[in-house]
Amino acid sequence: MKTDDLINLLAHDAPVRTRIGKVLALSVIAGILISGGIFFAMIGFRADIGSAIETVRFLFKFVVTIALAATACAVVFRIGRPGVSLRIWGWTLLAAPLLLLAAAAVEMAVMPADSWSARMIGHNARFCLTLIPLLSIGPLACFLFALRHGAPERPGLAGAVAGLAASGIAATFYASNCTDDSPLFVLLWYPMAIAMVTAVGYVIGRRILRW
Amino acid sequence: MNHSAREEQWAVWMRAAVNGDVQAYHRFLSAVTPHLRAMARRRCEQFGAPVSEAEDVVQEVLLTIHLKRGTWDASRPIGPWISTIVRNKLIDGLRRRGRHTSVPIDDVIDILEAEDQTDALDRLDVDRMLEQLKDPQKTIVRSISVEGTSVRETADRLRMTEGAVRVALHRALKVLAALYRSETSENR
Repeated sequence: MKTDDLINLLAHDAPVRTRIGKVLALSVIAGILISGGIFFAMIGFRADIGSAIETVRFLFKFVVTIALAATACAVVFRIGRPGVSLRIWGWTLLAAPLLLLAAAAVEMAVMPADSWSARMIGHNARFCLTLIPLLSIGPLACFLFALRHGAPERPGLAGAVAGLAASGIAATFYASNCTDDSPLFVLLWYPMAIAMVTAVGYVIGRRILRW
Repeated sequence: MNHSAREEQWAVWMRAAVNGDVQAYHRFLSAVTPHLRAMARRRCEQFGAPVSEAEDVVQEVLLTIHLKRGTWDASRPIGPWISTIVRNKLIDGLRRRGRHTSVPIDDVIDILEAEDQTDALDRLDVDRMLEQLKDPQKTIVRSISVEGTSVRETADRLRMTEGAVRVALHRALKVLAALYRSETSENR
């Protein structure tokens, strides 16, 4: 086939059916709905949510998880577009860990040292490590599906960021169930769960996001 | 025409194309191709590949630009978008031909600015891929590309609706790109 013939062929398929921005927006909505659906069907809020919501420690968990979900989603929206710089948005991913480290430092400043380890170990580690990955499955699948319409330069990295965004959503739901509110607990266990999801996103992304 | 004016023209055509303007899209692809060809040839020379392979790379890049055009944000300049796709596909295409390389982005932009002679060459890669398509996709692709019939004529001849022909064409192009990709990974 001559190149001119190929151009003829391609020209006849001119209209764009799927725009990456629209698909990604839908994937965020679908991901939140799936994750939330599973959460409320299986787990739900913690029993004392009414009083918990008045404590700074409980609320600050959401500052961290929502920061993670928002910054990672912002990167997901850009990473599938060739020629769009990620540099500034990549740096914003540090917001959630920095906020969490600052909160942990404050916690250690105001709480006696002999209570640190108990606060860090908590009571719900097992749930944290299983429920966050479980609640991530839906959003991760949605993001990866949407990113297949994109053209990420580094497919593995794109998959990993999708994993971060998915676990940010999952962690936000999970945090409203977990009764361990100390930043020290969050600092120890949440990143482990999030790292698992991110690693899975990386492995799958490398396979299915090539173009 | 200077660099930015040309890119602005490309962007105008591409904006019309994504909304379904076949003529504008044809102009866009025809205008971009000489630049792709210059780049591919220079790369082939640089890495000791036969220059005849350059046209395969050009066709593969065109197919990629086509399938990924939904990732271009119409409010952004089109130059960096094309450069990034080309760089990725040049690496892919040359790697598939057994040469390990990296293509610096500045180089890509330089060549996008270069002019080049345009003579269309016959290439084998796409033809070999076409053989792997199933009907009616294969017939539709041949009819529109080689014989130059319109979508409507093709639809009449195959007793299909125009919409069905368009969908089949789009799927065929996706299959072609997937075939390219699978070859790339097999030979890695």
